[in-house]
Amino acid sequence: MNEHTVKRFDEELAGLKTKLAEMGGLAEEQLARSIDAIVGHDVEAADNIILTDDKIDALELEIEEKAVLIIAKRQPMALDLRQIMVSIRIASDLERIGDLAKNIAKRTHAIPEDHPRRIMTGLARMGRLALGQLKDVLDAYAERDEAKALAVWRNDEEIDALYNSIFRELLTYMMEDPRTIGVCTHLLFGAKNIERIGDHATNIAENIYYLVHGRPLKDERPKKDITSSTPITGLGC
Amino acid sequence: MDASNTTVMTPAVPAIIAERPIKIRARNVDVFYGDKQAIYDLSIDIPDRAVSALIGPSGCGKSTFLRTLNRMNDTIPNARVTGTVELDRENIYSRDLDPVLLRARVGMVFQKPNPFPKSIYENVAYGPRIHGLAHNKGALDEIVVSSLKRAGLFDEVKDRLASPGTGLSGGQQQRLCIARAIAVNPEVILMDEPCSALDPIATARIEELIDELKQNFCIVIVTHSMQQAARVSQLTAFFHLGHLVEMGDTDEIFTNPQDQRTQDYITGRFG
Repeated sequence: MNEHTVKRFDEELAGLKTKLAEMGGLAEEQLARSIDAIVGHDVEAADNIILTDDKIDALELEIEEKAVLIIAKRQPMALDLRQIMVSIRIASDLERIGDLAKNIAKRTHAIPEDHPRRIMTGLARMGRLALGQLKDVLDAYAERDEAKALAVWRNDEEIDALYNSIFRELLTYMMEDPRTIGVCTHLLFGAKNIERIGDHATNIAENIYYLVHGRPLKDERPKKDITSSTPITGLGC
Repeated sequence: MDASNTTVMTPAVPAIIAERPIKIRARNVDVFYGDKQAIYDLSIDIPDRAVSALIGPSGCGKSTFLRTLNRMNDTIPNARVTGTVELDRENIYSRDLDPVLLRARVGMVFQKPNPFPKSIYENVAYGPRIHGLAHNKGALDEIVVSSLKRAGLFDEVKDRLASPGTGLSGGQQQRLCIARAIAVNPEVILMDEPCSALDPIATARIEELIDELKQNFCIVIVTHSMQQAARVSQLTAFFHLGHLVEMGDTDEIFTNPQDQRTQDYITGRFG
């Protein structure tokens, strides 16, 4: 890609990209720490995560302001315009990911330390998957790697499948032993949060595709989250 | 794709060309000034009742091509045009065609407003009079008033139609030139950077006017302002070094151009 005749324009676009990379790194860190906090029942770490979320929110605002200023000053066209629009959208996905991670951290307080550990295993695995997806999609953005973005987009299936099985598993626990309903409900929301984070990663992947090709990704993505239509009686109880 | 000299169509069949009748059809046009070739093998369809913008860096041939559309190049010594340019399927370079009558059908508005050193009324009345479009004073008055109204100038000048046209502001002068161009009831209006000498408010008024005029005319505009091309046109053609590099729906050209040279030019990367 040639440079702009106006060098300052290149610097402004590069600045936007750097800010987004910073925000992505922070979202990734928050997600990783929130999974560790809830799985390891680390209340102090959880509180830290809750406080740090403000930084992500501030970065989103900063990115939006930068983007608006570039549009006003440079009247960007074509690829430049897409890059700016996509930055705004990705920042908004990252902000949501930050909120969801914060919500996972908050639940650390609500889950008693002596809960049955095996219930946590699925959630930890799901968290690792989502973290991998987020990392890959941020790399894909940094490198404008459309193939990598598409891989993330397709892999979301795995998170959905895992979510379905965790959903069923937690329901089973709750039916077997109503005393676990409190913990299991929190874990269910935690799992749902991670599933949503996976969806935000696929949003980002779609935006990378749009950035590269100038048209939206139209393929039908395999949707595997069927929990909204799963009847509780359908579990054989 | 980048090295080839065939024109990229974006999309393959631009919507504006598919949905409007073709007013001007140019095929394999070459233009020479003496030994120097200014336009190379250019073919383009220009839709009726729409605005087509010709963009490109200085010296790319866009103004030269605009001038082939009403044979203004005839007035330049050594200029030579080959290929065909059809207006409603009729070759305008045919020997039987009177260039003066052609220019009544294909009007032109220039970069710098150039009113005649006559009254506002006479500036507009001149064309209809020499082409015999009005048979009495009443009919001529009507043409002058309606042309000034269509050019969005009437309310500002109705009390001083006898004052010299050169006494108007730049933006008003340009609208007077547009009124003069539409007074002879043309089919096509060519505009060569019509706003480059105007301030932003006057520019906005001309752009608004172009938008209204496109309901009745085929408009072809050469502009150095990419934002202007994006704002006013439905078809955009990008010229570079005498070649028509890419043409297509304006919405596509400015958001997702296919040729690298187009992309570089519209994003301000031309090296």
